[in-house]
Amino acid sequence: MADLEELYREIILDHYRSPRNRGELPPPAHRVEGFNPLCGDEIVLSLLVEDDVVADVKIAGSGCSISQSSASLMSAAVKGKSVAEARKLVATFKQMMSIHEATLDDATEEPEPINLRALGELAALQGVVKFPVRIKCATLSWNTLTQGLDELGA
Amino acid sequence: MTTPLDVEAIRKDFPLLEREIHGRRIVFLDSGASSLPPTQVTSAMTRYYESTHANVHRGVYATAEEATARYEAARVGVGRFLGTSAGADEVVFTKNCTESFNLLAKSWGAANLTSHDAVVLTEMEHHANIVPWQQLQQQVGFELRFIPVGDDYQLDLGDLDRLLEGAKLLSVTAMSNVLGTINPLKHLAARAHGAGALIAVDGAQSVPHLPTDVVGDDLDFLCFSAHKLYGPTGIGVLWAKAEHLAAMPAFLGGGGMIKDVRLDGFTAADGTQRFEAGTPPIAEAIGIHAAVDYLQGIGIEAVREHEQALTTYAFEALEAAFGDEVRIHGPGDGPGRGGVLSLTMGDIHAHDLAQVLDQVGVCVRPGHHCAKPLMRRFGLNATARASFGIYNDRDDVDVLVEGLADASRLFG
Repeated sequence: MADLEELYREIILDHYRSPRNRGELPPPAHRVEGFNPLCGDEIVLSLLVEDDVVADVKIAGSGCSISQSSASLMSAAVKGKSVAEARKLVATFKQMMSIHEATLDDATEEPEPINLRALGELAALQGVVKFPVRIKCATLSWNTLTQGLDELGA
Repeated sequence: MTTPLDVEAIRKDFPLLEREIHGRRIVFLDSGASSLPPTQVTSAMTRYYESTHANVHRGVYATAEEATARYEAARVGVGRFLGTSAGADEVVFTKNCTESFNLLAKSWGAANLTSHDAVVLTEMEHHANIVPWQQLQQQVGFELRFIPVGDDYQLDLGDLDRLLEGAKLLSVTAMSNVLGTINPLKHLAARAHGAGALIAVDGAQSVPHLPTDVVGDDLDFLCFSAHKLYGPTGIGVLWAKAEHLAAMPAFLGGGGMIKDVRLDGFTAADGTQRFEAGTPPIAEAIGIHAAVDYLQGIGIEAVREHEQALTTYAFEALEAAFGDEVRIHGPGDGPGRGGVLSLTMGDIHAHDLAQVLDQVGVCVRPGHHCAKPLMRRFGLNATARASFGIYNDRDDVDVLVEGLADASRLFG
């Protein structure tokens, strides 16, 4: 059960049970929906960008502990950050989520080391890479954030 | 009374069950998604490839004749399993159950439905029996009506006469893949016919687990897949009364489905071949034939009794271990349901449940089971579905209970 306990670390269960930034924002906040058709996870992201800063973000919808905790962690991590910083965090997070494949590839090039410190609490989701099917759950809110930022042209 | 299933002997026919997962024996409770094939099926297919393989309906050499004969014999064998001696003229091989419904909608539907017509479905259908009709509706503009599902997880037939008024087709599942509800086919067929409509049935979940009688129930169409029937992937069946097939236009175009092709047009073949363009799944047809022979050897009544007894045991074991903490979304235990248990445990998401169950070797299906309208009807996002097959026994249920207890500890 060691892998499973790593997957469901306390920090993940905490964000699952007490999700941060829960709810929806009224207009002019931008609303964007994300779906994981595999397991029925749905996420509704409300995104308020002002002066190139993610001024506020809220999460609604329902899903598994991995998708919901990842969304909660994401919201806490990007709120108040500049759009550039938020996009950089998305890239770093997605890099962490693809580390498994990179290792399996036995690539001759050394993959760029991931700055886990920059991820802070998000590093708790590292264990997900051992469960390939769940990576989609973990990245759902991050892809939805990217979609929202793209739609806003931010 | 039928002879009870010798599960220990049956399990020996399924080599995959010898596998260990995370150091535990595999407990396969996902036959509702895809069942395991016995060696009788896989070796029949291998023997065909090693001793007979040739394209069908073309060559005149010995193995080609043999391949054609065996492919055509599969129709007869499958027909017999469905309760008809007319399989040769009524069993069309498709890619899967979904393609069978697409064939039905795009051939029969396109030829028979206009903007003034109606098709009646139910709220408990799999997407395979919804989306092809919606696609056709977008082109033709007929009305789609839905028989609602009551809080008792049964079809609410109170308004059926009104729903069937002016309808040309009632298309309904024989057994819900989410709830396990078994629908009264004979009754529904009589009501449909009484209103001047035909009846199509989704047998994906019923054909492998319940006796099927297309003649006795007076059905018009029946769709199902081999891979839920202990057969191979890549082949499904559209069974249709020969008179309906004779009046239906061709489906996909190409070789095999024609009588003649000229530069200015073509003439479609007669019979089942009209609906089978290109080289068909020959080895898979031999596989599904072996699968129905295998099930007939065991006896489908005995299969039903075994799975019903196992369902009763699971209901009792889950109730004893978890009380209200675990919910089974579907009718209570009894003859009106099949061996499909859609579970939720407290607030734990089905995906998390399935992940913890995997750690003790238990395979279940988490998610919406391709029945989103039904899930929405019951306010469900996802369930973890355990479904039984001929190789499952009480020990499997006990490991399921053990895994659910782990989940309760972890998330509780």
